[in-house]
Amino acid sequence: MGYRKKNRHVGIVGIGTTKFSSHREEVNQPEMIHEAVRQALDDAGLAIDDIDCVLHGNMELFEMVHQPDLWHTLGSGALGRDALRLTTGGTTGGTLVGAADNLVASGMYDTVMAIGFEKLQEGHTTGGITNMADPLWARKLQSGALTDQAACKLIAEFGEERARRAAMTYRIIMDQHACKNPNSHRAFGLSWDQIDDLMKTSPPLIGDLRLIHMCSQSDGACAIIFAAEKKAKDITNWPVWIRDHITVHREETLNLCNNYYPTATTHRFAAAQLYARNGIADPLAYFDVFEMYDPSAWWGVDWLRDFFLLEGDAHLRLVEERQIAIDGRMPINPSGGVLAANPIGATAMVRVAEAAKQIRGNAGPHQIPKPVRHALASSFGGTMWTVLFMLEKELNWQGV
Amino acid sequence: MHPNFDLSDCYTIQGKLALPYTYFAGSVGSIFLTTLRDRRKIMGIKCHTCGKVFVPPRQTCERCLEDIRDQWVELGDTGTLENFTVVRYADRHLPRRPPFVLGLIRLDGADTPLLHLVAGVVVDRVAEGLRVRAVFAAQPENTILGIDHFQPL
Ligand SMILES: [Zn+2]
Repeated sequence: MGYRKKNRHVGIVGIGTTKFSSHREEVNQPEMIHEAVRQALDDAGLAIDDIDCVLHGNMELFEMVHQPDLWHTLGSGALGRDALRLTTGGTTGGTLVGAADNLVASGMYDTVMAIGFEKLQEGHTTGGITNMADPLWARKLQSGALTDQAACKLIAEFGEERARRAAMTYRIIMDQHACKNPNSHRAFGLSWDQIDDLMKTSPPLIGDLRLIHMCSQSDGACAIIFAAEKKAKDITNWPVWIRDHITVHREETLNLCNNYYPTATTHRFAAAQLYARNGIADPLAYFDVFEMYDPSAWWGVDWLRDFFLLEGDAHLRLVEERQIAIDGRMPINPSGGVLAANPIGATAMVRVAEAAKQIRGNAGPHQIPKPVRHALASSFGGTMWTVLFMLEKELNWQGV
Repeated sequence: MHPNFDLSDCYTIQGKLALPYTYFAGSVGSIFLTTLRDRRKIMGIKCHTCGKVFVPPRQTCERCLEDIRDQWVELGDTGTLENFTVVRYADRHLPRRPPFVLGLIRLDGADTPLLHLVAGVVVDRVAEGLRVRAVFAAQPENTILGIDHFQPL
């Protein structure tokens, strides 16, 4: 591995997130972005002149705007500052945070503001995703953003009844979390007595993936401000430290010539590398909360095993025993996760923002009812990308 | 190229991607459009910090990064051609048949240029500094084409 320790510590000092919604008629794109930027600056007590570099990202062409960072200058505050646009699909928000971490840790900048956004109502998501498939081998055959892959895998291993019930249990827990989060786009108020009905009546999409399992298309933006250790301590009394992050991708996954069956092994690989180099022997015991990029309930269930390096049916039991609920042993997505809102270019950054707010203790109505010191946040992208973050309340960890 | 390859067997895949989109003008953009449509007035927004008057209007001054959405100013319909070009080719996406003039017009009292069509003038006589006036569309619509074009005073 080419991993090297950081030159200096990096803290999150300001967080801004808009309300997520299917429609934001009253704001155009730079105006919506500006809501998150203003909130992050106010949260940090900074002015735009305190920011050295602005990072900007979203899905390529999803709003049918080429190089949106240029005209988003009206809302992003990038005028006269170093600026960079990054886009890596669903992981974009995570890539922005990872880049900010690197840019500050390296010493290149003292303060960096990263902005992720999406206004999916304005564009054509399936059109954008269809562009990803190879024009010769796959474009006329592929199914857009929807996949049955995790459902197939879970049903094959654990049987239809147990797998389907686990997916719907996960879905209801996420909805209960979403109902506590005022920023949620979708919060239905699902109850446990609906579980059998939902398993049968929710409209089927592909294989065993039903509409209720799948995330939404949302509008919204997120901005996070990062600062080097000394500056972070000057700026705020509650910096949240980025202990480490890792990016793993398998860009060849959709290139069928390589004969890989697309399984998201990047999650498990990333987790194993990250924990090993940080001396985390038991991630389930170590972390107090996990904000996961879970685009569907099926993926959410399946990926618990990967991210916590579990074996057998341990991940299913976490769900079945409702240990992943906000007051459970390992709270997953107290924000409601991606099933509550998916403004794609912002989504992965929202995972980091929510995890950081849990550590600060000011997440709001969905604050976990126990102290949060160690948080995990993941990003996922369509071509099997993983970006995984470890966040800490204290600057007291030991190197390996 | 492979010496034995027959080019008549070299296929291309024909495809077509639809690019539908909706753009939310936002409250500031919508006020500009409805005022243009209903009152035939061109509205700008002034940043009280740096003093600049923006046309088209915007919610934030990107220089001061301040919220200026309520600081409307009404402008006249005359201005100066700051820069221009002549479009000399035809294509389906173009707003006029060639040749026609695209100009950057700074309205009197504004600090920023507005992109629009300049008509009613021989294209080869157009020059920077030309004084122009807005001609409003006969059938108003909710786009920037609520101004049909600018023409010389
Ligand atoms: Zn100003």
